[in-house]
Amino acid sequence: MPSIEQLFRVLTLEDYNTRVVVIGVMALGAASGVIGTFLLLRKRALTADALSHATLPGIVAAFMVIVAFGGSGKSIIALLIGAFVSGCIGVLLILAIRHTTRLKDDAAIGIVLSVLFGLGLCLLRIATEMPGGSVAGLKGFVFGKAASMVAGDAWIMCIVATGVVALVTLFRKEFTLLCFDEKFSTSQGWPILKLDIALMGMVAIVTVIALQSVGLVLAVAMLIIPAASSRYWSTKIANMIFIAALIGALSGWLGATVSALVPRMPTGPIIVLISGCSFVVSFMFGTKNGFIVNQLERSLLNRRIAMQHFLRAMWEITESNADNSFHFKTIVAHRSWKPPFVRRLVKRAICFRYCSSIAKDVWIMTEKGSAEATRIARNHRLWEIYLINYADIAPSHVDRDADAIEHVIGQVMVDKLEALIKEENLKSPHPIGVNQ
Amino acid sequence: MSWTAIDTWIVIVGALCAMSCALPGTILVLRRMSLMGDAISHTVLPGIAIAFLVTGSRDPAAMLIGSIVVGLLTAFLIQAIQNLGKIESGASMGIVFTVFFAFGLVLMRQAIDHVDIDPDCVLNGAIEFAWFDQPYGLGIPRGAIINGGMLAGNAILMMLFYKEFKITAFDSSLAKSQGIRPEIMHYLLMTMTAATAVAAFETVGSILVVAMFIVPPATAYLLTDRYGYLILISLLLAIASAGIGHLSAITVPIWFGYSGTTTAGAMAVAAGLLFLLAWLGSPTQGILASIVKKFETRALILRQDILGLLWRFEEREQHPHSLDTVATMLRVNKNTIVQSLKTLARQGEISDNFLMMKLTSKGRESARAIVRSHRLWEVYLDKHYPQDKNQIHHAASRLEHVTTEQMQDDLGGASIDPHGRRVP
Repeated sequence: MPSIEQLFRVLTLEDYNTRVVVIGVMALGAASGVIGTFLLLRKRALTADALSHATLPGIVAAFMVIVAFGGSGKSIIALLIGAFVSGCIGVLLILAIRHTTRLKDDAAIGIVLSVLFGLGLCLLRIATEMPGGSVAGLKGFVFGKAASMVAGDAWIMCIVATGVVALVTLFRKEFTLLCFDEKFSTSQGWPILKLDIALMGMVAIVTVIALQSVGLVLAVAMLIIPAASSRYWSTKIANMIFIAALIGALSGWLGATVSALVPRMPTGPIIVLISGCSFVVSFMFGTKNGFIVNQLERSLLNRRIAMQHFLRAMWEITESNADNSFHFKTIVAHRSWKPPFVRRLVKRAICFRYCSSIAKDVWIMTEKGSAEATRIARNHRLWEIYLINYADIAPSHVDRDADAIEHVIGQVMVDKLEALIKEENLKSPHPIGVNQ
Repeated sequence: MSWTAIDTWIVIVGALCAMSCALPGTILVLRRMSLMGDAISHTVLPGIAIAFLVTGSRDPAAMLIGSIVVGLLTAFLIQAIQNLGKIESGASMGIVFTVFFAFGLVLMRQAIDHVDIDPDCVLNGAIEFAWFDQPYGLGIPRGAIINGGMLAGNAILMMLFYKEFKITAFDSSLAKSQGIRPEIMHYLLMTMTAATAVAAFETVGSILVVAMFIVPPATAYLLTDRYGYLILISLLLAIASAGIGHLSAITVPIWFGYSGTTTAGAMAVAAGLLFLLAWLGSPTQGILASIVKKFETRALILRQDILGLLWRFEEREQHPHSLDTVATMLRVNKNTIVQSLKTLARQGEISDNFLMMKLTSKGRESARAIVRSHRLWEVYLDKHYPQDKNQIHHAASRLEHVTTEQMQDDLGGASIDPHGRRVP
């Protein structure tokens, strides 16, 4: 375990190394969160994966060229330019395969990703034998080697992050249009192709600067995971971008901190694991389409539907008897519900003051209960008439269809149905129920 | 270069590995789930790492079980996140496999003192050292036994469920209506993929295995339309990738003064080159075939245009006299016209002295058909879509080349076209 003093040193960024790594990966996390949001909306998540794998041959080729001309191969800018070029070639190859063969996106991505990566590995092995160069730095690009970052690298990351954020702020509307309705924006005269190239170009740049810290196998995680997490917190694109950037930067900071404190924790994978945790949390607890929120909403809806079914059953039972009372056995028999379910429903109905108990297993509808029950039964029967007359459904089958729809008919719809039925003088299979 | 028994065994192990991957790969490619193969082959790493940590040894059975469990978990989670979280499948794959792979890397780093697993093996595999690991004194490398076993297992499963796999691959609703449960086939395929990926791990590593899964079947898909042939061609391509891959790994770098390169990487590149060949040269799907076809169509249209032009001159009892007239009227250069005239003379449509540009009786008949189509179309278009006469002419010039006799009859029997000329 790290001591308090050590913790303090890491948190206050006292060491040069920690400072460089933390600042660099936070900038990277924010930039990739921002651009990843658009990438995800454009459904290009895995194209970015192919792009990052395709950077390897470019990196090694750039290194080999430099060494062949007598350089040391340590120029990070040259290596990143090589990575950028071959990443872009990879994306173009995917597009070419998709447009000129019958193979789909998935196969095109798989082919480009694996073949170019294989080519990169071949070149890497050859490069180890080149005299005068040191390939040790190259292997860091595969799985990431944040510990070897220097101030210059962090600067590059910060500059790129600022550039990406600035461009996205300037062209937010255009990129949003591109992601949501390509055809519409073409018809409005937007330069779709240029925007698309700009977007993928930014993805390529962010991927390339991610190589050093998280490595090319995991670079795509930085782009996708924060953006995917942000979708569970907002449906507005501006908020999504902001949240994604925040999650990206926080994962970067936490990852770098953990790997500085705990021995044998590689920075890149730890950052990915932490953003993975943020995804799980967002997926479970997110306010928009989060798992728990969805389940809650669904169970509330189910409860409301069950209560409406119960009330309609009450209404149908008491339709013929004068005193509005009903017995437990009649309910069970009426809808073939299970007895415990009926007990729960009755209990809840009493809570809502829809009915009250008058003897053991005998209840009576209250004013409020019969008013609500009448309304629901009325909706049900109105819809039945509509289905029989306009959807040509046999009278023996309408009951079940009406069952599904009666819960969602609004007042406007009921008024329309009433007007229609009055006008056409349509007949119901049952009396419709008095209008209160 | 000196080829030894070691090299032979490397090729055999590589071929067995590539073939065992190609079998489930055919279904992955047809079902458009290639990237599921990618995702699962990445998640083999945590499966292996967990098996190492639990048993503390390189027990193949434990590794197999660990990877299959993690592989199935991956397939399940990808589906669950996609359905429950309302996210597209690519993103959900990207999330699951990167997190699992990261977890595998962390585990490896943590366990590095206890077990001998090499990060280099994750990338390159260890096919070069396959020969040196011969268990039970059989004289057969461990890699050959494992990959061969996997190949046999996959082959048996594919034969048992050939019909089911075929139907689900092409039409999963049809499969459902015939009582095949697509989800069972799906998880069977995922199990096969995970097991194959772990068997291939020691041979080609955890990332290059994707090339073995996808590239040979995708190449075969460009060459055939039948599933049986698709499997056969994929297997042959798998063998070829292994052979060419190893051969070039030990020869090509020597030409440039280096000692050699990684066989697994070279196998992926070889598979990629074979794909490139099929992409360019496939007789039905290839780029070259489609370019040739485009040129042939263009030449055919030009020849028909020339015939039509000559017929129209005859109609007015004139003659074009010079090649230049024809070339300017058809807006192509003179050489192209000469080429087309040569072909027409060879086909007997114009007289043998082709520079005279005289229609033979056969040529007159085909020219008449073209002009007839043209003028009938003009009549039809003028009647149903009245517009500028020039536009009608241009539309008819394009349609005349694709009009059959049946269509001529359907266009009606008008005798005068909108320009006031006779319909022949």
